[in-house]
Amino acid sequence: MKIDHVSGGATKIALAEAGRRDVLDPGSPLAVAGLTVAYDRKPVLWNASFSAPEGELTAIVGPNGAGKSTFLKASLSLIPRLSGEISVYGKPMEAARGDVAYVPQRSSVDWDFPATALDVVTMGLYRQIGWFRWPGRKDRERARAMLELVGMEAFSDRQIGQLSGGQQQRVFLARALAQDARVYLMDEPFAGVDAATERAIVDVLRKLLAEGKTVLVVHHDLETVPLYFSHVLFLNAGTVASGPVTETFTAENLQKTYGGRLAATQLAALGEAAKVRG
Amino acid sequence: MDAITFLQFDFPSILLGSLAALGCGLLGNFLVLRRQSLMGDAISHVVLPGIVLGFLVTGTVDSLPMMLGAGVAALISVGLIELIRRLGRVEPGAAMGVVFTSMFAAGVLLLEQSGAGGVHLDVEHALYGNLESAVWLEATGFGDLLRPEILADLPVSVTRLAVVNLAIVAFVALLYKELKLVSFDPLFADTLGISSRLVGTLLIVMVAVAAVAAFDAVGSILVIAMFICPAATARLMTDRLGTQLWISAGVAVASGILGYFAAALGPQLLGVDMSVSAAGMIAVVAGLFQTVAMLLAPRYGVLARRRLQRV
Repeated sequence: MKIDHVSGGATKIALAEAGRRDVLDPGSPLAVAGLTVAYDRKPVLWNASFSAPEGELTAIVGPNGAGKSTFLKASLSLIPRLSGEISVYGKPMEAARGDVAYVPQRSSVDWDFPATALDVVTMGLYRQIGWFRWPGRKDRERARAMLELVGMEAFSDRQIGQLSGGQQQRVFLARALAQDARVYLMDEPFAGVDAATERAIVDVLRKLLAEGKTVLVVHHDLETVPLYFSHVLFLNAGTVASGPVTETFTAENLQKTYGGRLAATQLAALGEAAKVRG
Repeated sequence: MDAITFLQFDFPSILLGSLAALGCGLLGNFLVLRRQSLMGDAISHVVLPGIVLGFLVTGTVDSLPMMLGAGVAALISVGLIELIRRLGRVEPGAAMGVVFTSMFAAGVLLLEQSGAGGVHLDVEHALYGNLESAVWLEATGFGDLLRPEILADLPVSVTRLAVVNLAIVAFVALLYKELKLVSFDPLFADTLGISSRLVGTLLIVMVAVAAVAAFDAVGSILVIAMFICPAATARLMTDRLGTQLWISAGVAVASGILGYFAAALGPQLLGVDMSVSAAGMIAVVAGLFQTVAMLLAPRYGVLARRRLQRV
């Protein structure tokens, strides 16, 4: 499973120097190697490789336009890739759909759609229900239980457009929980949510962790990275660094990923935050 | 108007209009939700070369080969749109525009060059259909509605539309959950292994079948109106997809019935001596339903929103 399409010896040496795997780890919940994605010939992701640590919460951080959402979508095989291999516990993504749950960005759908919160959560069960069949009473009960987990049981019959942004985010989270997957990929679940929703999301993350699930979260609030997550993946067009927060969430890696976009004082403060936790 | 003339002359036309409206109206819900409202319009252009080829190959205006041709033409167009969008790197709207006009032009060219033009596929027919020409001369009383051997003498366009409607209802019922999912969140559908492209393509094929079946009876103007009006009206009235489908079906059938009577009796009532196209009138009634909904709908109507603003 050697990646032989990496162009140029220099890149190969760079990869080796970084000590990064360029072979898919069959035991990893989600392994990505040599992932390159371009929109209209403009590369967004370049040779990204990452192996998700099992049973851990990993934050994916990087500046705007670093390709974080693209990384998730390409990992899920939702968008075409120029190169790269993906495996879920050693299986190709197409054969592992039941093992992976996805929480898309809230802005990716039309919330005016005629559906209730319960309808949307039930969608997380559509794969189990199977083609042509309608959701039954048991499915609705399970969906209701998932809404309860995110504190939204009182809104189950509310049309989704009548919910606040944070409540909509929790509905998306409940839908992913309904899937009962082994790996969870979440795209900016914390973006623009209220305090109650932030707490609900953190509770859900802890619950998933306690159940031994593997969770990857695209996250933009650097200050809460050491607070909520055990691992971190720095992304900027390619994978810059990854590892446990205590070792990897350093001023040096932040500087490498964000460049001049973070002030030195900010960097120092973030580095301190990481150390205090470690 | 006595019972027998009603059954012989009005009833088959009403059936035709209502069935055409119902099938297109049901599918229209998903077109409106997927922001593909004009797809119905586009498809009725795209299928023309398919219809003409179906006619040329078999030499009859029989429906099955025409419908097959139309279905194939619709599939080819969907493929072509994808291809142009990817290779040409243009937005979907532009790719659609290129494909639809080319396919329609190809259809017209075929029609002109092959001599099929004089038979049954003329412009007026294509626009307005011939709803009024449907007759059921075998009918002698309302009891005949329960007698299969006499029902079998209903015009073939009626039975064809009835079959197509059954297929559409079955399609929507069987794939209700999948249609709902891919209309709301296609990316998420793909992560579940429910291919949004497959379901979307099936929808377009059904739209093509509905358009062709209805096209012959009621013409393309009504087809376009029926793909959009009942669904858009129903969308304003409710926030539940299931309820929306039922309301759109009701609006479609009501438009078919009321529109026909308005065309048949309207000019007489107004004391003017002229005839009105039933298909056109059905579209007008559907438009009226939409207007009323825009004004009076419980949450999205103009009046309801005014009231909300004042409080």
